[in-house]
Amino acid sequence: MAVDPLIELRNVNKHYGQLHVLKDIDLTVGRGEVVVIIGPSGSGKSTLCRTINRLETIESGTILLDGRPLPAEGKELAALRAEVGMVFQSFNLFAHKTVLANVSLAQIKVRKRGREEADKRSRELLNRVGLADQADKYPAQLSGGQQQRVAIARALAMNPKALLFDEPTSALDPEMINEVLEVMQQLAREGMTMVVVTHEMGFARSAANRVVFMADGRIVEDRAPEAFFTAPESERARDFLSKILKH
Amino acid sequence: MDVLIENFSLYAQGFLGTVELTVYASLLALVLGFLMASFRVAPVGSFRAFGTVWVTVLRNTPLTLLFFAVLLGLPRFGLVLPFEVFAVIALGCYTSAFICEALRSGINTVPKGQGEAARSLGMSFTQTLGTVVLPQAFRSVIPPIGSTLIALAKNSAIAGAFSVTELLGTYKTLNELGYSIIWTFVWIAVGYLIITLTISALFNVLEKRYGVAR
Repeated sequence: MAVDPLIELRNVNKHYGQLHVLKDIDLTVGRGEVVVIIGPSGSGKSTLCRTINRLETIESGTILLDGRPLPAEGKELAALRAEVGMVFQSFNLFAHKTVLANVSLAQIKVRKRGREEADKRSRELLNRVGLADQADKYPAQLSGGQQQRVAIARALAMNPKALLFDEPTSALDPEMINEVLEVMQQLAREGMTMVVVTHEMGFARSAANRVVFMADGRIVEDRAPEAFFTAPESERARDFLSKILKH
Repeated sequence: MDVLIENFSLYAQGFLGTVELTVYASLLALVLGFLMASFRVAPVGSFRAFGTVWVTVLRNTPLTLLFFAVLLGLPRFGLVLPFEVFAVIALGCYTSAFICEALRSGINTVPKGQGEAARSLGMSFTQTLGTVVLPQAFRSVIPPIGSTLIALAKNSAIAGAFSVTELLGTYKTLNELGYSIIWTFVWIAVGYLIITLTISALFNVLEKRYGVAR
């Protein structure tokens, strides 16, 4: 199905001490594809997401981005990370900088844009996530949902080829989850390549091209969302879905 | 009071000597401490090892011993400098170990996610440390660095034993001139208080300015 692979993981393995967190992971994400990773906690889905921009190192296997293997360290790794945006569960906005400066910082430091150009682009993006009027506030003055939308704008400011979402709504109050999901839905519609670790089954159903189900460090199922949710193949997935979809 | 008025120029010389030692050694300690703290959190193993050795050796050596090592040791390797410069080197290096650890504890108070976010945007180690981590660490290290520099001001008295002009050393001359030992020391203490309270005040201002905004 994926004709033009952007992210490829081949036979990836990782341990935390004795714990084998990623076992022989093979995953291909095509350009413009939205892949949602779900699974019980401790199944390795966040770790998998973080290996793609090497916030977690791997012990064996290869990860290719746009056909090139991930560099180990240094300038090339930094250059690659600039191409892959990341949105974290805990937002991780720079606490000592204003919202505008948060979005502009890496544009200036990494993309070497001038401050005015960067700020202009930042304001466009803040407008896009509906926060143009919050530009001069500090992150602590915003709600969780607003902070996460700023974090998405910050990632978009680098013009990334792909975006990684590591449980972007798990730290949010229920009423703020939708405002973040709406921004993500919109990105998906615009054709952004996205890897999303989430517990939001509604989002997986409506926005994903594929759903990857992980358990105990392995990819158990990798299918279209409708097929997965209506008729999961594995016992493990049926068990998982029965637990979360019941109420 | 007589002691002070009659020997004002001697006191003033000593006072200025201590101020100079404190200022120059503080600058050296801050620069080196900053460098070593960066080393200790660097992704390169040999840098981390160097930083660790630096801190371990300097922090665990008695300052007097360090003065002996610098003032008597370095000339043996052909490095001959004025004693004042040697004293600044000894004091600065010694204090840098404490500054380094204060900075490092500050770096550890910054949530890991801040650095991860910066790196995930493609910022280099230096950019991450300089624009994201240290500015936030700075806020929590103002008080301990103030204490460390106050300790430095008082430690500078050891330089007097190596014939560097400084405040405490003035007591020898005054004692020989037959002045009351108590009043001699009272005025010396006042001199130190002026210096240390100035440092305190400076750091209070810094803390008010940068310490709370979060």
